[in-house]
Amino acid sequence: MIILWSILALLFLAALFGALLGYASVRFKPEGDPIIDQIDDILPQTQCGQCGYPGCRPYAEAIANGDPINKCPPGGESTIQELADLLDVEPLPLDAEHGEEKPKQVAIIREDECIGCTKCIQACPVDAILGAAKQMHTVIASECTGCDLCVDPCPVDCIDMVPVETSIQTWHWQAPQPDYKLIATDAGRSGEAA
Amino acid sequence: MLTPSSPHAVGNQSVQQVMFSVWAATLPGFAALIWFFGWGYLINAVLAVATALVAEAIILRLRRRPVWFFLGDGSALLTAWLLALALPPLAPWWIPVIGTLAAIVFAKHLYGGLGNNPFNPAMVGYAVLLISFPVEMTTRWGIPAALATEAHSLLDSARVIFAGLRVDPALVDGMTMATPLDVYKNDIATLDAAELRAEPLFSAGWRVYGWEWVSGLYLLGGLYLLWRRIITWHIPVAVLGSLTLLALLFSWNPDLRVPVDLHLLGGATMLGAFFIATDPVSAATSNRGKLVFGAGIGILIYVIRTWGNYPDAVAFAVLLMNFAAPLIDHYTRPRVYGEGRS
Amino acid sequence: MNLMRLLRGDTDAPEWYDFPGGVHPPENKTQSLRGPIAEFPLQEEYVVPLNQHIGAVSVPVVEVGESVLTGQVIAEAAGFISAPAHAPTSGTVTAIEDRPVPHPSGLTTGCIIIRADGHDTWRPRTPWAHLQDHHHTDLLARIQNAGLTGLGGASFPTAVKLAADRNHVDTLIVNGTECEPYITADHALMRERPQQILRGIEVAHELYDFRRILIGVEDNKPDAVSALRRALTAIPAELEARIELRVFPTRYPSGGEKQLVYLLTGQEVPAGGLPTDLGMLCHNVGTLAALADAVFDDRPLISRITTLTGNQLPWQGNIEVRLGTDIRTILDWAGYQPDPNRAERIIMGGPMMGFALDQRQLPLVKATNCLLVPTEQELPTPPPAKPCIRCGQCEQVCPAGLLPQQLMWFAQSHEWDKAESHHLFDCIECGACAYVCPSHIPLVQYYRFAKGSIRREQAEHRQSERARLRFEARQARLEREAAEKEARRRQRAEAARARQAEQATTPTADSSPADPVAAAVARSKARKQASQSAAGRATATVSPGAPELTREQLSARLDSQRRRLEKAEAKLAAAAPEHQKAMETTVSKLREQIHKTEQQLADRPEREA
Ligand code: SF4
Ligand code: SF4
Ligand code: SF4
Ligand code: SF4
Repeated sequence: MIILWSILALLFLAALFGALLGYASVRFKPEGDPIIDQIDDILPQTQCGQCGYPGCRPYAEAIANGDPINKCPPGGESTIQELADLLDVEPLPLDAEHGEEKPKQVAIIREDECIGCTKCIQACPVDAILGAAKQMHTVIASECTGCDLCVDPCPVDCIDMVPVETSIQTWHWQAPQPDYKLIATDAGRSGEAA
Repeated sequence: MLTPSSPHAVGNQSVQQVMFSVWAATLPGFAALIWFFGWGYLINAVLAVATALVAEAIILRLRRRPVWFFLGDGSALLTAWLLALALPPLAPWWIPVIGTLAAIVFAKHLYGGLGNNPFNPAMVGYAVLLISFPVEMTTRWGIPAALATEAHSLLDSARVIFAGLRVDPALVDGMTMATPLDVYKNDIATLDAAELRAEPLFSAGWRVYGWEWVSGLYLLGGLYLLWRRIITWHIPVAVLGSLTLLALLFSWNPDLRVPVDLHLLGGATMLGAFFIATDPVSAATSNRGKLVFGAGIGILIYVIRTWGNYPDAVAFAVLLMNFAAPLIDHYTRPRVYGEGRS
Repeated sequence: MNLMRLLRGDTDAPEWYDFPGGVHPPENKTQSLRGPIAEFPLQEEYVVPLNQHIGAVSVPVVEVGESVLTGQVIAEAAGFISAPAHAPTSGTVTAIEDRPVPHPSGLTTGCIIIRADGHDTWRPRTPWAHLQDHHHTDLLARIQNAGLTGLGGASFPTAVKLAADRNHVDTLIVNGTECEPYITADHALMRERPQQILRGIEVAHELYDFRRILIGVEDNKPDAVSALRRALTAIPAELEARIELRVFPTRYPSGGEKQLVYLLTGQEVPAGGLPTDLGMLCHNVGTLAALADAVFDDRPLISRITTLTGNQLPWQGNIEVRLGTDIRTILDWAGYQPDPNRAERIIMGGPMMGFALDQRQLPLVKATNCLLVPTEQELPTPPPAKPCIRCGQCEQVCPAGLLPQQLMWFAQSHEWDKAESHHLFDCIECGACAYVCPSHIPLVQYYRFAKGSIRREQAEHRQSERARLRFEARQARLEREAAEKEARRRQRAEAARARQAEQATTPTADSSPADPVAAAVARSKARKQASQSAAGRATATVSPGAPELTREQLSARLDSQRRRLEKAEAKLAAAAPEHQKAMETTVSKLREQIHKTEQQLADRPEREA
């Protein structure tokens, strides 16, 4: 008899808390940007198309519809991690099919070789190239996302992608590295709680 | 990394120094324990410290950490030492050994070692023992030497501790008893306060024979730590304050409950307030948080001692508040300079 | 102290308010205060970095080979938060190039190098006798052109501070605290040239007409206090009446701007705000003295007082030295003998907030208030860090009321949002927490790392935000253009249809214009596939959208590709190991492209034929 009662009591409690939780999840549903905007916010906006979509937003839409989150090489590990956090899914390693994570680059036009064909301007997804037909062209370095799309169309191959170097203005301190941090079970892994 | 970051000057405190100072501050109390209750405490301490050092060294090896670097910081030693001070002096030898192993292996290293343990390791060891071996933990307290029927030597203590079941029960009975708090709590059911106070345990000394000195010397050691700024006043004051307040409120009638003086002097209160609750790793950190943390411990000590079944309550009170420490920290963040002044 | 005052029923505003936290590191100030400020001899070469201030890097206005006069502007401010730089002596500009500068990163930056002619000929100067003769705009311009920056170490352009709203500011706080151990540059200045500081105050007062002027000095500088007191008797009564000299107990970091504001007024600068939010301006005594020089004598900031100290230096004291002087030369002058047995630390600034210099030739800059070369006994190398034992000592000493150890945990685990919500950016990096930490954890480095990472992330996010807007704007533009084109086409089609109505034929619709970005994406994809496929099949992988090229264009491309290959190979040979891989990829990519072009070129005659 007592067993019956306790089972009943437990059932009642379970039902009660279940109802409470259910109510709370409806009542306090977090409001905010639609999920696509949030995903798009995380993507690096390089607009390079390496993910197989014509730009970051289309990929964001695809992710929202269930596409894997590991197709964006410019964003690399950190973007995948953020997406995984946002969507509450397992982070995957970057899909090598779409390219590998590289240090940030900018395009530089070797200006004396530029023939002013405007092909790079047409290719640049963020309008980071200035120039006019038959005039020398130049890249606005601060706006260039390093997407690489202007390199190929150039008929005289005068566009270089150069890695962005750390300057005194952009340098910052790195974290100290205490040697005792790695515990035996973690040795060999790349680090804990990255 | 090219050069280390500022500051280039460092103060003169080190972990080792902190641990050593805490250890040193317990010495007067420790001496009093031996003086009044015999050599059992020394044997306890030796057993516990040896176990701790060996266990720590082995685990550090297993975890591939620099052994001497961490062994030298004194934290394992201090954990074992505090545990030894809290254990009954005449318990069988495996009591301190098991307790220390639980403290070092489970409470400390399984959580990531120095600085990462959410619970006070010494008190985890104590709680494990108290739950697993309640008889040994409650009956093997020392009879103050002056009250015993005959004098006992170091050898006698050793025989009681190491001989286990083969020892002469009369010898054990002649040397051991329950704690004064336990005695009072049990006997007050049949005697009234005046009769109880007339017993030698409570009348031979000033308040409670032997323990008053031990507690007083712990208090002294605690003041030394305060003066050295190794601990702040918040936790001890909160523990003692809340315990006193509750005892005054609910134990005003000594015929019913253990009175306030025994709460403060008759058990592990002072040890707990100054040396155990102040263990920084597992306590709350902000000043306000420490007050809450300490007050919680004081309240729990009183509650468990009065309405619980255990003779003393410091270990459980500290462990329970360890649970709450992260929460307390979250809600007691100090106001930052300039916050809310815009 | 304040409590005592309260108990006595003393309700007047107190001399000073007690700020929380703080530490008392050994002061070590007497060594460098034995003699007067020494004049450092002129050197043969000066290196003037273009980024001696917080804000935009200044722009050179001289050319290599040009001769310059002492005090002549050689680089102009670039934008509002920036400052010009001046020739420290007369001579010739021998180079404008990247040189190592004193900075924790050890990186190089643009510098103007001047070879001195030894005459130290000044540019023409126009001293001002009375401020009242001149318009405020002129005064401000003069300050702006003098290249002044905060000389206490922060190097914020002074002119920017002095451009704060006149109606809003009523208090001047003069920082003579110099709370950092070892440094005595301000102390020596107050002791020897107090009238200069007061003249600087006069200039600021002319601009702002302050209600009160509070000079704050720590009580370990009695001689500086009495010198200031004496100098105060000699200034106009109107000004003197507003000046209060306040002396308070020595404690690090009472000289932090926010701490000093609280110490002197009991008010807190709002989080993320500036003293001007409270109607206060805060200037260092050294800055004010330089302000007086600049305004009255028309002498821009070309020299400063620097403390040479640390027991590794046989001569310790303060020197007045031209900016751009080589630091090694200065240390040699002080008799410095490097100890071959250990890596020496040369610290710019004090032991609490300074940074260690690497051993190269570095110029002295506007922020160099101290060069400290300690022996191992003085400032022992910190022992290896142990884990945090959560002892809370750091929290007890944090003057900002932060939870240093929590911030450290967050920095360790890269939880930037939590670090920010625990007010990471209110940390003044004073180092008090790391000073007392028994585990010797480099706490401040964690905070710098976290702040840097957060700032970088924010910058990246801003940039990606901009990229998105530009991308969207471009998409919109393309769509609009396509729509317009479509509309025109339809119009033409209509017209044509009308014209050809009798012929009853419909024109064929031309294909809609391809989106160039989509085309570029396709091209880049094709290229990637090509690079994956065997090189032998390169002929087959001419990008579909690639334009038909003439032979000349193709051979021009081939030439340029070969040039690039040469360059890349040279770079590969010289590349540091970490760049090796990237360079190798570039080279092989280039080889492939050349091969492709060659193939195309080979194909071309057949097709043209
Ligand atoms: S690969 Fe990444 S950066 Fe490139 S378009 Fe796709 S989402 Fe944007
Ligand atoms: S300039 Fe080139 S690399 Fe930079 S964003 Fe435009 S297309 Fe991409
Ligand atoms: S002072 Fe050091 S060991 Fe103590 S809590 Fe702070 S960081 Fe941890
Ligand atoms: S460095 Fe930052 S966290 Fe540490 S004491 Fe100073 S203000 Fe507080």
